[in-house]
Parts: sequence; C-alpha cells; structure tokens
Amino acid sequence: MPLYPEQASNFAPSVDALMVYITAVCLFFAVAITVAVIYFFFKYRRKSASEIGVPIHGDMRLEVTWLVVPALLALTMFAGGAVVYVDFRRSPMDTLDIYVIGKQWMWKAQQPTGLKEINELHVPVGRNVKLIMASEDVIHNFSVPDFRVKMDVMPGHYNTMWFRPTKPGRYHFFCSQYCGTNHALMGGWVTVMKVADYQAWLSGSSSADMNPVVAGEKLFAEKACNTCHLPDGKGRAPSLNGLYEGRVLLADGSTITADDAYIRESILAPAAKVVAGYQPVMPSFQGQLTEEQILALTAYIKSLQSQPVPASGAGVAPAGKK
Amino acid sequence: MSSTPSTTPGNQLPREHYLNATYGIRSWLLTTDHKRIALLYLASVTFFFFIGGAFATMIRIHLLTPSGYLVTPETYNKLFTMHGVAMIFFFLIPSIPAVLGNFLIPLMIGAKDLAFPKINLLSWYIYLVGGSFVLYSFSTGGLDTGWTFYTPLSSVYSNSAVTPAVIGVFINGFSSILTGLNFIVTIHTMRAPGMTWFRLPLFVWAHYATSIIFILGTPVIAITLLLAGLERMFHLGFFNPVLGGDPILFQHLFWFYSHPAVYIMILPAMGVISEIIPTFARKPIFGYTFIAGSSIAIAVIGFFVWAHHMFLTGQSAYAALTFSLLSYLVAIPSAVKVFNWTSTLFKGSISYDTPMLYALGFIGLFLVGGLTGLFLACLGLDIHIHDTYFVVAHFHYIMVGGAVMGYVGGLHFWWPKITGRLYPEFLARIAAVTLFIGFNLTFFPQFILGYLGMPRRYHSYPPEFQVFNVMSTAGASILALGYLLPMIYLVWSMRYGQVAGRNPWPATGLEWQTDSPPLTENFDVTPEVTWEAYDFENRPDLGLDVKGAPTLAPAHGDD
Repeated sequence: MPLYPEQASNFAPSVDALMVYITAVCLFFAVAITVAVIYFFFKYRRKSASEIGVPIHGDMRLEVTWLVVPALLALTMFAGGAVVYVDFRRSPMDTLDIYVIGKQWMWKAQQPTGLKEINELHVPVGRNVKLIMASEDVIHNFSVPDFRVKMDVMPGHYNTMWFRPTKPGRYHFFCSQYCGTNHALMGGWVTVMKVADYQAWLSGSSSADMNPVVAGEKLFAEKACNTCHLPDGKGRAPSLNGLYEGRVLLADGSTITADDAYIRESILAPAAKVVAGYQPVMPSFQGQLTEEQILALTAYIKSLQSQPVPASGAGVAPAGKK
Repeated sequence: MSSTPSTTPGNQLPREHYLNATYGIRSWLLTTDHKRIALLYLASVTFFFFIGGAFATMIRIHLLTPSGYLVTPETYNKLFTMHGVAMIFFFLIPSIPAVLGNFLIPLMIGAKDLAFPKINLLSWYIYLVGGSFVLYSFSTGGLDTGWTFYTPLSSVYSNSAVTPAVIGVFINGFSSILTGLNFIVTIHTMRAPGMTWFRLPLFVWAHYATSIIFILGTPVIAITLLLAGLERMFHLGFFNPVLGGDPILFQHLFWFYSHPAVYIMILPAMGVISEIIPTFARKPIFGYTFIAGSSIAIAVIGFFVWAHHMFLTGQSAYAALTFSLLSYLVAIPSAVKVFNWTSTLFKGSISYDTPMLYALGFIGLFLVGGLTGLFLACLGLDIHIHDTYFVVAHFHYIMVGGAVMGYVGGLHFWWPKITGRLYPEFLARIAAVTLFIGFNLTFFPQFILGYLGMPRRYHSYPPEFQVFNVMSTAGASILALGYLLPMIYLVWSMRYGQVAGRNPWPATGLEWQTDSPPLTENFDVTPEVTWEAYDFENRPDLGLDVKGAPTLAPAHGDD
C-alpha cells in the first residue's frame, strides 16, 4: 500500500522533502504532548475523593519558551514552503507552451503545433513545460498528483503553471476544484514521452487545418481586426508586428509586457489598457469569441513576432523608450 | 456567598426551578429565560445535526466502491453540499455559543439573564426562519454548489435550489450577530461584584472572542451571499466574468468570514476544555492570562489569514507569501493553549470522569487537526495537498474532533446543572472512548488519501484509492454509534438519572453555587466573588481536603 504518489516531476522531490520535514517536527510535538498527557493522567490519578492538586499558576519562562520555539520552527516551515512556491509560480524562459482549456466536464489541450487532445496531454521528458490555462465556464483546477502540481483554471483570465517531467510514463490528472455534476469524471492522463517519441507523436498526428496560426489568421480577417490593425502601422490601430513579448507604452504613461494575458485583455476589454497615441475605439469582443478562438488569435499575433516593426504606428514601444 | 455544603447529592431536585416555573407550550415559545432559550437551541441544533449526520452516512456508504455505490453524481454532490451547509451554519456555529454559552454565561458571571433577553429569543426565531429556508432548498431540488458557494458555479451554472439556501444562510447570519452582541454587552455590564475580568472563567473569555468574530465577520458573509443571490436572480455582474465580474472577489469575501468562522467553531470548544481540565485536575489552570489572551489573539489574527484558502487561484505570489506567514502566526496561540492545558495536569488530582475523557480526547484530536494546519499553510506543500482529502481530514479533525468533542464533553460536564440529574457514568465513558476511536478510524485514512492525490468532492474515484475509503467508512459506523449512545442515555437521564445536587464534581465556578437546575432568576441573592478562577485551595465551601494543600506531595497518596 503506497503512502505517497510517484515522483515524476522536478517538484515532487522538494514537495516530499517539505512533507517529511514538517511531519518530523509535528510528530515530535504530537508525541511529546501525548506522552505527557498519558503519563500525567496515570501518575497524578486522584488518590482520595477529597484530594486537590498542587496549586501551580504558571511559569513565565515556560510560556516564553513555548511561544518562541514553535514560532521559530514555524518560520522554517514558512521559508521552505516559500522557496518551492516561488519557484513554481515563476516559470523559466525556455518553456514548451501548451494551452489547456477546461469546460464542464472535459479538458482540451493544444500543443504548439496546433495538435489538439481531449482529456490527454502528451509532454516530452526533461523539458520545462508551461501550461497556459483558461476555463470556458466555472472554475476548474488542473492537478497532477505524481508531479505535485495543481493550479486553478479560471473563467475570464489565464493562469499558468509549469513543471519538468522527470520520468516517462502515464500519470493521472484530475480536476481538483469542484465544478458541478461530473466533477469527478473530469480527468485524464498525462503521457510523458522520451523526446524522440514525442517528436514522432507530434508529426505523426499533426495536420495543417489544426494549426492555430492559420485559424487565427482567418479569424483576424473574419472579425475585421485587419481593417484597423494594419501591418504597416498606418491604420486606426497599432500594428501588431513584433508585439508579442515586447514592451508596450500605454496612454497613461506606463509600460507593460505584451504577454498572453495582455493580449487576451486587449481583445475582451480593449479600453482597459490603451496604447499611447491611440483612441479607445476598439469594440469589446467579450462573449463573442470562444476560449479556443482567443487562443488562435493569440497564436497568430505570436506568429507576427518576427515580422518587421514599422517605424511609426507600432504597438510595441521603440527599443529606446522602455 | 452561599455557604450551604454542596458536594453531597441530595435525593430531591429543588422545589422550584426554571424548568417547572411555568408550564405549557407558550411558556417555552415566548420565554425570555436564557436557560430555556438554550434548550430551544439544543433541540434545534440537534435536529440539524441529525440531518447533517444522515447526509454524512450516505456519503460514506456511497464511497465504499470506486464507481460509487448508492446514488447518482447529482445526488452525491447535493449530499456533501447539504451536509456542509447543515453542519456548519446550523449546527457547529450555533452549537456551543447558543446552547452552552447561552445557558452558562449569565450563571458564570453571576447575572440574572443576558443583557437583552428578548433579542436572545429573537435570535432563535431568526435561526428558525433561516433554517426553514434552507430546509426548503434541501427538499425542493436540493443544493449542489458545495457549502463554499463558489461563483460562477453557484450564481450562474448550478441547476439546484441555490436562491432559497442563500437567503436562509443570509437570514441566519443575523441570529449570530445578535447573539454576539448580547454576549459582549452582558460580559461588559452584568458581572457580579468582585467578578473582575481576570477572574472570569476562560469559557467566558472564549465566548467574548467568539462574539467579536460574530459581529465583525458575519455581516460580510451575509452581504457576499446576497450578492451571489442577486447575480443569480437578476444577472447583476459581481462575480461572473461574462458580465464583467470577478470570481476571485467572491472567494476573498467568502473566506474573510468563513476562515474566522472556523474560530467561531473552535474557540468556544477551547473554552469548554479550559473549564473541564482544572475542575477534574482540581488545580488552577496553568497560565490563565496566556489562555485568555490567546483567545483574543486567535480572534484578531484569524481575520488576516483568509487568502490561505486561495494559494492556487493565481493570486499574486506576494499575497500568498504574506498570508502563509500570517497563517503560521495564528497557529502559535493555539499551541500556547495546548501547552498550558497539558501543564495543568502536572501534579493535579486527576479523575477519570467522562468530561475529562472528552477533554483529553479533544487535546489529542485538536493536536492532529492543528498540526496538519501547518502542512496546509506551507506554500510549497499546499500546491500538492490543496483541495484533496488531506484538507477534508484536517478540518474534520478541527471541527468534529475539536468542536464537537468540546460540545459533547461540555454537555456532559454541565448536564447536572442543566437537568439537575447525572448521566450514567459507565455508559458515558464507553461512548467517549467509542467516539475517539471511531473518529480516528474515519478521518486518519483521509490524510493518506489526500497525499496520494484523491481530490475532494468526488462521487467516484480511481480504484487505487478504495482501501482507505473502506477504512474510513468502517470507522464512520463506529463514530455513528458513539453519537447515538449519548443521545439515548442523556434523554434517559432527564427522567431517571441520579439527582446531582448543586455541585457534583465539585467545580469552582459561580454556576455551581446555585441550585441544579437553577431558579429562573439564577441566584437567590446576587453573588459576590472573592476568589480567583479555578482556586480550589481557598475554597473551604467545596468540602475538599485543603489543609496543607500548598505543599501537598503526591507521593504519600496510597490512602
């Protein structure tokens, strides 16, 4: 009977180490108190019906000791947990980005090539994988116990989490945030593959019509985005060339990195962060696009990253103006 | 004050007391006597405990097999939701304050009643109205949002009877607010001569701290649920992102109350334990001021830890760090209490009476519940155990192992005062041990399930989790027996139990200086307090062996 799940990611050993450390400290106190209670219980058993105990009212040195020592031990637990958590929340630069969408009651994942999976997720071993996740409806949570990771999947904005699989195999993933009737069925399997196998799997099942860049480009025209966002910067809206991951100068003077969350917000609530020098004329696409369509548009904008940035009318701020 | 020797149980109940002062249904439904209102609450919270317990039984039976044994997924989701709502809002939160607190606070401070007797009765009626709405929800479609009512599931997507349930919990909140207000005013203004703040029983300190949370926290949950209800009924966009709302905002508001609400449940139980331990160890409690102060510290710091329920919502990592640190901070006053209770046993004169068994059981279970809170407050570890059965086990150790053990232990301790009669001691000890064993068998396996990764609120699960689920269900059947037993013999003892007398244990509090059951006015004459809390040494009226007490050596005791 196993007492802990398999260790299949970079986080598993550190989370388990925290578990062992905190268990050891707590076990020490639990055993000490239990032994003391049981010992006193029998040792100071009432000997005669009218006997009273020795009136001891307290001891300041003891009180200070058991205020300070547990506080210091608690600080070590806090610090250990903080280190792992900050690492988990700050994803490295060189990640393999996979989009994950949760909806009642299934998971869709989309590989960088556009390959889509349902209730399955294939990842290469040893690569840093970042999941960029959103929900179509209620709050879900993508959790992989063997990796010791989980993160809420929210409607209305992206949450990301990352991990590095360390062992090929098949691992359960679950929805961990209660989401309605079939919450318990909203799970599947992560398949961790050797890099070569992963590449073969990707090319073996990939096809052009699944490519999100192509789908995004089509949408970009369908939704008439291209009538204002002209590539040469001469339209009513800034050019999107080179925008992705660049710095954007906003009307209020601040700058922001054009990441997935920014692009998503600019589609759904364009007036929230207006690019300097432009009027807030873009309509909101809230409720008009599915999460998958937003992903496709984002993928298309991402593909424009390498396109030439016009001298004026660019969304991205000129290099000097950071 | 009273110099009547009070330790020998008489054969007769006092001729006149609060139970026989007036007769008839009207005399109960329109009573303003805090003791009778406490009994009205006792009946109603027991009713909700049965409802919540029935749901729990069905949950445990259902989880015997991986695919789910008993009910459909919809029904299972309703079972755990209604179990939570009934137990938390209508049993755990009112249990100790509204039953034992109501009965005892005026008696303990030497007052005739609470400061606002009619408002006290009003609180009970508000509770009934709120409870009726919730029962209406349960019986017309049920409720499947989880007791946490997370949006947008509750405000948009759920097809169950959310609106009446939300209205019921909203209304019930006013009952808590009024009870808290009543307690605070009573404790400030109605203490008997000589009953200084630092002579107050720690039970009263615990209820003072609880009342602060009632007053400051409850309005927030009331408004939050109202907003969720408005979003559901009228599509106002507070929490639904499609309407421009923010689902995380709901969680902040919800936990701003619902985390302190955990302390509403556990603080009064800690108060009960702080009464039982010195009484049955027959010595002053160790570190009185530290136990009293820790209650206030818990109530205050408890308001600043709420977002530790939200480490994985995507909230800012800086916020997570802050709330993790504060969560560790709130653990310290709880630890202080445990150390002081344990030290009180040292060189005591310890008896094995039933309330003491409950108190020691409480220490054991609260220890596990409290210490596993340190696991969950640890940011890195919480990534893995958040929203798993580890959490379920942790809060049941606090709420059932802690709060319910405290409540049942307190009922036994003050039963002679409430009814004038003793419960059957032997049966009661068996029940206490049964509860302790059954509880651990039910909930300890769930820690392991959680670490293995089983998420909470699952109507079916992968087969590798079955062994621990079966263990848990087996334990639950023992636990159920442990609850039924006291239910039966306590009712039996109301008529057939041995007459207790004023102070059967004996204990030092003012409540034991009056008749059992007390007069409607509580005391013949206003008592005057000339002793410190839990002082056996200077209390010749208790009829105990106080000669030479300061140097009493436990070694000579083979007489």
